[in-house]
Amino acid sequence: MAVTRNADAVAPVRSSSALSIWLTRHASTSLGALGRLSRQPFASLMIIIVIGVTLALPAAINVVVKNAQSMSGSWDNALDFSVYLNMDLTVSEAEGLARLIGQRADVAAVELVTADEALLEFKQQSGFGEALNQLGDNPLPHALVVRPGPGNTSASLRLLQEEIGNLPETDLVQVDTEWVQRFHAILDIVRQAIAIGAALLGIAIVVIVGNTIRLDIENRRDEIEVTKLIGGSNAFVRRPFLWTGFWYGLLGGSFALLLVQCGLYLLREPVTRLAGLYQGNIAVATLGVTESGAIIGTAVFLGLFASWVTAARHMRRIEPR
Amino acid sequence: MIQLDNVTKRFPGGQEALSGLSLSVDKGEMVFVTGHSGAGKSTLLRLIALIDRPTSGEVIVDNQNTRRVKRRKIPAYRRQIGMVFQDHKLLSDRPVFDNVALPLIIAGVSHRDAGRRVRAALDQVSLLHKEKQNPLTLSAGEQQRVGIARAIVTRPKLLIADEPTGNLDPDLSLEVMRIFRRFNEVGVTLLIASHDISLIDRLGCRRIALEGGKLQLEDEDEVDAWL
Repeated sequence: MAVTRNADAVAPVRSSSALSIWLTRHASTSLGALGRLSRQPFASLMIIIVIGVTLALPAAINVVVKNAQSMSGSWDNALDFSVYLNMDLTVSEAEGLARLIGQRADVAAVELVTADEALLEFKQQSGFGEALNQLGDNPLPHALVVRPGPGNTSASLRLLQEEIGNLPETDLVQVDTEWVQRFHAILDIVRQAIAIGAALLGIAIVVIVGNTIRLDIENRRDEIEVTKLIGGSNAFVRRPFLWTGFWYGLLGGSFALLLVQCGLYLLREPVTRLAGLYQGNIAVATLGVTESGAIIGTAVFLGLFASWVTAARHMRRIEPR
Repeated sequence: MIQLDNVTKRFPGGQEALSGLSLSVDKGEMVFVTGHSGAGKSTLLRLIALIDRPTSGEVIVDNQNTRRVKRRKIPAYRRQIGMVFQDHKLLSDRPVFDNVALPLIIAGVSHRDAGRRVRAALDQVSLLHKEKQNPLTLSAGEQQRVGIARAIVTRPKLLIADEPTGNLDPDLSLEVMRIFRRFNEVGVTLLIASHDISLIDRLGCRRIALEGGKLQLEDEDEVDAWL
């Protein structure tokens, strides 16, 4: 198209690098999309709030579960169980057994409490010292305190306890911490439920953003037609809508983050009070950089995905008449 | 520049807008297409702009057979052609400058170059002082001139115009035609659909008369001369 015409009036095209043109174009399109959102503040705010609340819900529950986990994590010693050995075992036999069990992959540590140590402790703590001194023989067996490894599930724990219980040297395995295992099982269920709920809410966000973009496309139908008429490609007319989806996602995700942070802030005080009751080994988990990024990233992805699908579908349909 | 060979356009209803039409327009020509409404003027321009495709026959524009232009390539094809419309099709949500700049932005021209070229184009239609206004605030004649500026801002070799003076009074029409004339003088090929025969006669350009989708055969010799 190099028709020379009116050479003074029309300056020659200066060749810029394709990348810088591409970047400038995207920058101006993205700002244009943002400007368009700001010109309909109410409608835009509604979408952003919907995305924010929808994402904040699973994110907040997730933080609560994480809290509960870290709380129950501090009860790791509560998973310890006691193994009472047969009365006729010698100390060295008991030590051997402790070593053997300690070598298992699913066991973190084994502590041997010999009959003498147990008696001594019992005397000191029970206040029956004098009465116990009357006994000629130590009535207590050697015992092992087994701490399971961190990778154990409730099923593998049960198996571990069963196997140790079946050893010929063992008299009795005493587990008084089954409730911790139940608690873990409940947390597992909650986590599953969050995953399912989050997926459903994600679909809802895609539908809401998609529908908003669709209305936007309908409102700008003339503009799209004219742009196509003078040579705009599908990609060109789609671009502003993709940016709109991006901004919805970014702003909605940020709002979700804000909601979760506010929620955590409000929870801080009661949790601290609760922590006081539990000898202070509970701390409110906060949202880390990774989790914050995940919330915003998910929101941006959903916004982009929704606008992409919608725009791709409708742009092909709108052709100049 | 434009060549039609035995082109027929039949609509789904079976009605023929063009029936075996053949014609050609040379490079650097300024040609008018006349005829009553329904004679096929708009259809002809739509085939050239690839808004429609012919039912049969070949439409060749600037040595490209439009039949071979794939759907994906239509935008690039249209960018080579300047188009002016009766209702000018300006976008009322942005100022005159942005309207004229749109083809350059689509073509990926850098911001600085675009600014220069938009002003040059607006200057050619004497609207440089109105670049910041919204098209809706302009008169009909001014709006049409903005439409023309947008069509020529990419410096196309070919300009097609569908009833560009359809909504204008005689004085404004003449002004628009003079602008077209100036483009023609610097080598742009123009194909203009119009029913304003008295105006066309004053300009003394070649005229292709259509009737019922065919060349109007009121003067056989003249028609032969065109082909």
